[in-house]
Amino acid sequence: MTKRKANWAHKDLLGLEYLSKEDMELLLDTADSFREILDRKIKKVPALRGKTVVNLFYEPSTRTRVSFEVAAKRLSADVINIATETSSVKKGETLNDTGKNIEALKADIIVVRHNCSGAAAMLARNVNISVVNAGDGWHEHPTQGLLDIFTLKKKFGRVEGLNVSIVGDIAHSRVARSNIWGLNKLGAKVTVCAPDILIPPGIDKMGVGVTDDIDRALKGADAVNVLRMQFERDDKDAFPKQLEYFKNFGITEERLKKAKRDIVVMHPGPINRGVEISSGVADGANSVILEQVTNGIAIRMAVLFWVSQATEKKKNENIN
Amino acid sequence: MPLKQVFTKEEIQRSLTRISHEIIEKNKGVKDIAIVGIRTRGYVLAERIVKEINELYGTRIDVGALDITLYRDDLSMISEQPVIHKTEIDFDIEGKNIILIDDVLYTGRTIRCAFDALIDFGRPKTIQLAVLIDRGHRELPIRADYVGKNIPTSQKELVQVKLAEIDGEDSVFIDEAKA
Repeated sequence: MTKRKANWAHKDLLGLEYLSKEDMELLLDTADSFREILDRKIKKVPALRGKTVVNLFYEPSTRTRVSFEVAAKRLSADVINIATETSSVKKGETLNDTGKNIEALKADIIVVRHNCSGAAAMLARNVNISVVNAGDGWHEHPTQGLLDIFTLKKKFGRVEGLNVSIVGDIAHSRVARSNIWGLNKLGAKVTVCAPDILIPPGIDKMGVGVTDDIDRALKGADAVNVLRMQFERDDKDAFPKQLEYFKNFGITEERLKKAKRDIVVMHPGPINRGVEISSGVADGANSVILEQVTNGIAIRMAVLFWVSQATEKKKNENIN
Repeated sequence: MPLKQVFTKEEIQRSLTRISHEIIEKNKGVKDIAIVGIRTRGYVLAERIVKEINELYGTRIDVGALDITLYRDDLSMISEQPVIHKTEIDFDIEGKNIILIDDVLYTGRTIRCAFDALIDFGRPKTIQLAVLIDRGHRELPIRADYVGKNIPTSQKELVQVKLAEIDGEDSVFIDEAKA
């Protein structure tokens, strides 16, 4: 076992764009150590005992919110969930004011999901406690990116050199952006695939291959990350219709026959069966969709642990 | 100031052999015994002791590794950020006689953490403690059942255990210069 010192200095986790390769490797290694706790009889360690985590969600979410809640509880933190529909946000309170009030309530970490890109970064500038981005607009969803990468690393034993294709609504996807930032930094090769209208202009400048041919995206890929079609964002009625999309881009058993035999199929959920993925593939041998959910807890434990450590470290430096 | 060697390779080997025998003697055999080492060097010692017992008695005793970082009472006070290693206990500790192994026994706080960590896995019949070096200066009421060597130290000194699997050699030094 090599002795390595951890060196983490981020109070917040806002996006994978702002992390170094070493930062990400530390989170992945820590998650790997935490993963075992989830299989214990008593699934709890006291690492964040006495800390309070507030889940502040301005957008509907089950998976991510529950995953953060479970992660915090496994580390013995107290968790408070604020659903904005039933909070003072309805009375016109701004995000910053809500954040400052949460800080005044002596919470330690805010986990925020917001429909505006940059919301988490703005909040982080305005409070001294830790902010973890659980998805901001079309910008980033760093813990999803990390858990996808963690799942790949557990499957292949490495990330470097893997060919990963991301298929679906790239334009509106913070999951795609976090995956691209993270995978690129760790040396994987990323290709994005979608109908033209869902490929944002300039995406190639992020260092990814671009195609609108699903068979090309699958050919030679070690893994395919299938994104949900976000029809709720289609206010101009410009997206392909569900059946049309399934026909041209849906991941089916037929299509997988032409891909590598052991290609790994990922999906951040929630899945729409028969739209972006067939039931056969979603439940099939190549799918790791439910492993992703479990791995997500371990990743979020690692993130909560390290942002909390950074705040503690800063407090100590101020005392000394 | 130079490092002072207080324990040689041969002495380490002999004391591990003696401890292995003492464990068997005290527990009247190998039934329901399992060995758990505290990462990092305690686990290395645990593996050696298990090997020794298995060779002596033709058994296959369970061995586990415990990382106590998350249980430390000074987690928020330490300036150096800890790397978290895996805890690997793949067997049921319920009703077992657990021999907990560490390299150096000092304040006793690590062992306190290890108790908490271990008991989160179940309720062992007994927990016994084996250490290679006992250097004194306890801050908690904890003692070892098996000791390789008692080495009186001052609190200014640093005890350094080196093991071949990690450090390339077997030896114990005292660093007297440590202020």
